[in-house]
Amino acid sequence: MSEKQMQIESERDAENHDRTEGTRPLPWNDSRVLFRYKLRRIVDKIVVAVTIIAVAIVLYPLLDILFMFFYRGALAISLPRLTELTSNLQPGLANAIVGTLLLVSISTLVAVPLGVLGGIYLAEFSEGGKWSRTYASTVRFLSDVLSGMPSILLGYVGFLILVIDFGWGFSPMAGGLILAILMLPYVIKTTELSIRKVPLKLREAATALGATRTQLVNRMSFPLALPGILTGIILSISISVGETAPLIFTVGNSDYYSLCLIHCSTNFLTNIIWYFVYSPNSYGPNLAYLSAFLLISFALVLNITARIGLRRLSKI
Amino acid sequence: MTLVVAAGSILFIISAVAVLLFTAYPSIVSNELGFFTSANWNPSLSGTVETVNGVHRLTGSSFGILVFIADTIASSGIAVLLAVPAGLGVAIFLTEIAPRRISAPISFMVEMLAGIPSVVYGFWGLLVLGPYLFYTVEPYLSQHLGFIPIFSGPISSPGLLSAGIILAIMIIPIVASISQDMMARTPKETREGAKALGLTRWEVTRKIVLPYAKTGIVGSIVLGLGRALGETMAVAMLAGSGVQILPKSLYYPFSTIASYMLLNLGAAVTDPSGMELSAIMELGLVLLAITVTVNIVARLLIKQGFASSSENAVRV
Repeated sequence: MSEKQMQIESERDAENHDRTEGTRPLPWNDSRVLFRYKLRRIVDKIVVAVTIIAVAIVLYPLLDILFMFFYRGALAISLPRLTELTSNLQPGLANAIVGTLLLVSISTLVAVPLGVLGGIYLAEFSEGGKWSRTYASTVRFLSDVLSGMPSILLGYVGFLILVIDFGWGFSPMAGGLILAILMLPYVIKTTELSIRKVPLKLREAATALGATRTQLVNRMSFPLALPGILTGIILSISISVGETAPLIFTVGNSDYYSLCLIHCSTNFLTNIIWYFVYSPNSYGPNLAYLSAFLLISFALVLNITARIGLRRLSKI
Repeated sequence: MTLVVAAGSILFIISAVAVLLFTAYPSIVSNELGFFTSANWNPSLSGTVETVNGVHRLTGSSFGILVFIADTIASSGIAVLLAVPAGLGVAIFLTEIAPRRISAPISFMVEMLAGIPSVVYGFWGLLVLGPYLFYTVEPYLSQHLGFIPIFSGPISSPGLLSAGIILAIMIIPIVASISQDMMARTPKETREGAKALGLTRWEVTRKIVLPYAKTGIVGSIVLGLGRALGETMAVAMLAGSGVQILPKSLYYPFSTIASYMLLNLGAAVTDPSGMELSAIMELGLVLLAITVTVNIVARLLIKQGFASSSENAVRV
């Protein structure tokens, strides 16, 4: 401490001594400290206000989308709109709903078994040796790559391989397989993560009781991880229901029911929006509103089921 | 069994890249480096076919993707600029400010934003956001900020600004939820120690939480960028698909790589020489390279963020 500073200190002490009559000076009685304290409080309040505004700005579009499409969807909904074909005089969404369900069932049937098995492998069987560890990390890396791949590229690949090279034409099977590839990384990842969450203690206890690795998976870690795995599956279904870009090049468009797998195009809900957005017909926009309404309510229901319903079931 | 399953994903990625490369080969040979350095994309309509470097192409056609690359970077850049403050604001509110009673439902709603299909965002952008920008925001901006080059020029509703805002809304949940995870991993002891020393909430956030979660937050932003670069449907609906213009102002209609790919595959297939199809596949390869690189960087950052935070957690 330099001499000058010491001098200032002693002067200040003398001042405080005068003010507080012999007691030790309290820092919070110093007006400068008090001022800085108030300033810090004000800055803190401002930051809180700014974050609240940020939340409001972020939630506004969500609420507006929900409100608008529920309102317009409710105005547009009627029995013929849900049960008639798009080609009829009184056009409806029946074939699009059936098409979406068909696509999602194909992709779920393909992606869920593959993804769950792959996830179990990565979580339980990949520690065996050097090779299997390298293999597992390669698979993890590639599935990360896959999940970051823009969906339109998957559409292109599907178009080139399935539609043209395999000669399937625009078909639900091509679209379903592409959706399955889109879902696969999510299912693999959530399965692996939720199995890894099973506590080590339980694992050790089961091994100590003489369980083989297969028994361990079948009787303990899989059942315990099931709620988490189901959450991942449901969320990935919700993603595939809302997907559009890859399906445009693999599924095509049709005004009729088509319950076949290859050599026939079909319609689907997201395509209705894409197709009728600029439609000059009087019924076009209504079909698009109704379709958006159905898609949003589907996504909402699946998300709520996955995040709230299944979390309750989870025992770990 | 599980080994085979995981091998499938490797096989798919390899075959996908192989098919894209195979189809893009004529364009790679014929367009050479001019593909990346020219801003002139002109699939010629002349009926005559000529041969360059041993592959057929239409006379007078030119394929330069600079304009798509510039537009893709511009729109994603706007999205990231808007999404980062909003997403971080939400994350800070959820981890540092709101009590659990409030933060749980808001966090759920922010995740719901990620569950809405992108075609619905595009629809909402056309119905609500676009007109609002066109009639209210853009005239105001060009009137009062017109002296800055990017705010001047003729206004139009499909354009960089509207697509950038929609992209921002779509990547906010990614930025917000991953940053929130990272910030929540700050050790309780450090946080409580800071609070006991009298730091306000903002000071705890700025001096303890943000430095602690820095790597992960940057990772979440890069991941959001990757999503914005590859987003297709909403951009295709809001971009106005202008080609041949490097973006000069916020209002210009534009085409990203993904939106151009979505809207022009049908036209590309009809090119008798096959060059346009080949060029559009090379465009896809470029998009693949960009998004995969960005995603790998993001995953590495997030992984590192997780690793360093658990390391610190042990030390503290």
